Amino acid sequence: MNKRFSFSNIMLWLGFLFIYLPMVILVIYSFNSSRLVTVWGGWSVKWYVGLLDNTQLINAVLRSLEIAFYTAISAVILGTMAAFVLTRVTRFKGRTMFGGLVTAPLVMPEVITGLSLLLLFVAMAQLLGWPSERGIATIWIAHTTFCTAYVAVVVSSRLRELDLSIEEAAMDLGARPLKVFCLITIPMIAPSLAAGAMMSFALSLDDLVLASFVSGPGSTTLPMEVFSAVRLGVKPEINAIASLILLSVSLVTFIAWALTRRAENARKKAIQQAVDEGAKATWQQAPSSAKS
Amino acid sequence: MNISRSISRRMPKGRHVVIGIPFIWLFLFFLLPFIIVMKISFAEADVAIPPYTEIYTWAEGQLSIILNLGNYIFLTEDELYLAAYLGSLKMAFISTLICLLIGYPMAYAIARANKEMQTVYLLLVMMPTWTAILIRVYAWMGILSNNGILNGFLMSIGVISEPLQILNTNFAVYIGIVYSYLPFMILPLFANLVKHDHSLLEAASDLGSSTFNSFWKITVPLSKNGIIAGCMLVFIPAVGEFVIPELLGGPETLMIGKVLWQEFFNNRDWPVASALAVVMLALLIVPIILFNRNQAKEMEGRA
Repeated sequence: MNKRFSFSNIMLWLGFLFIYLPMVILVIYSFNSSRLVTVWGGWSVKWYVGLLDNTQLINAVLRSLEIAFYTAISAVILGTMAAFVLTRVTRFKGRTMFGGLVTAPLVMPEVITGLSLLLLFVAMAQLLGWPSERGIATIWIAHTTFCTAYVAVVVSSRLRELDLSIEEAAMDLGARPLKVFCLITIPMIAPSLAAGAMMSFALSLDDLVLASFVSGPGSTTLPMEVFSAVRLGVKPEINAIASLILLSVSLVTFIAWALTRRAENARKKAIQQAVDEGAKATWQQAPSSAKS
Repeated sequence: MNISRSISRRMPKGRHVVIGIPFIWLFLFFLLPFIIVMKISFAEADVAIPPYTEIYTWAEGQLSIILNLGNYIFLTEDELYLAAYLGSLKMAFISTLICLLIGYPMAYAIARANKEMQTVYLLLVMMPTWTAILIRVYAWMGILSNNGILNGFLMSIGVISEPLQILNTNFAVYIGIVYSYLPFMILPLFANLVKHDHSLLEAASDLGSSTFNSFWKITVPLSKNGIIAGCMLVFIPAVGEFVIPELLGGPETLMIGKVLWQEFFNNRDWPVASALAVVMLALLIVPIILFNRNQAKEMEGRA
């Protein structure tokens, strides 16, 4: 049996074709000089150049980037805390509820979260007078809430893999929990924190439904801008902006992946080296007991 | 001695902060909003800012709460809403099934690949989940439309003589949902399949079990948790999906996310939109609890 051409491998490649072909077609057609979508009129970058004159679009891009930046920071802080609680604090009142609150935003339909957050903001504005105007702040709150769940999942899987004995050793030597967390735990989970931040940034940049509900006049984000244009049909200008988004997100994802992978490999190498050296030392000190 | 006492004295304080901050945030911005949705679903639409009536009034030192069930009765009277709920459940169910049928072999192949290729495959699966869903759905609009690439291709090779109407049908919505949610099916399945002990399959084959038989009787039951997680990650959000039916679906596509959006943004009927959300949540509460239990097990490493 040839393992290379097994059913599952064929499915894997067909699946990748299914996932990537539409995106490749989109990028190719963004360079089409013809205004008609199906007619190929030769290569051209005029749709990209045209984007630069669209100040409304550029403002939306800047606004989206700003929100995504704030979201990445806050979601990593909250998500890491949540992950720490879920993996390290085994017993406390309301733990089940805490776990539910952390993971439910992962699957909750966006229209429900969006509607409920908007109603909360309206009620808050009536009672507290804040937020008097919906905009960047309210979108940031909405995005942080659902990104926290993603960060918690990513970070908790890393926290579970960690060797607890290192933290315990530091604790035994008198380091306070906060110090242990900052000096020992954080450096060890840094790749997953970076991954969580990246993910939050991308998710925030991508969100249409939540932003549509909780934004106010004058705070249109990039997806909202694209959506209102897309509703009217396929247009070459949108092909261009869509390709730019696709390429930039793919590039950033790829860089992040490569960096994490390098850090991971370096870590494994260091551990292997330490183990080898340890073994060598033991062997040199007591050759007779090396068999064990 | 002294140190350990100081740790135990400080521990609870830090613990409360660490538990408290995310808890308060999620309570305020995730749980509390549902209670408000619940409240407003019992209110009446009003021409005011905000556009609904208060359900409680203070009169002569007495608090009276009027729960108006009108919105819920309205939902049962109009067939549109029932059809939209059933349509969403059917769409989500079939899409989940297709995702499972495509995603399982893919996850299986990735789990069986060598370590070096595994990271590359995983990147290829994960990359689309980070890139705008809106744009990936938009890409299909250009492919499926009447004068789109697919129809152009099929006509040029002579399979069809007239363009097929694919865009703005339910079929296009199925493609869109499967396309967008496929990675969310593959990732949990992979996470589960990669942990399987290969020797079980070898033992079965030594005892004369066919490849398919051992797959069906050993691999599939062992991957139950992965299947549940993957299916829930696809099914639950798909029920409330708005972008895909809006862009790829047509007038025949009745999905509750789209109806809720229209009630809210076009009709500005906030109480009816809230009632729609409450009923949707009631339909989804069992799958959500199932998912949360599964996820909690996974997070604590008990699975």
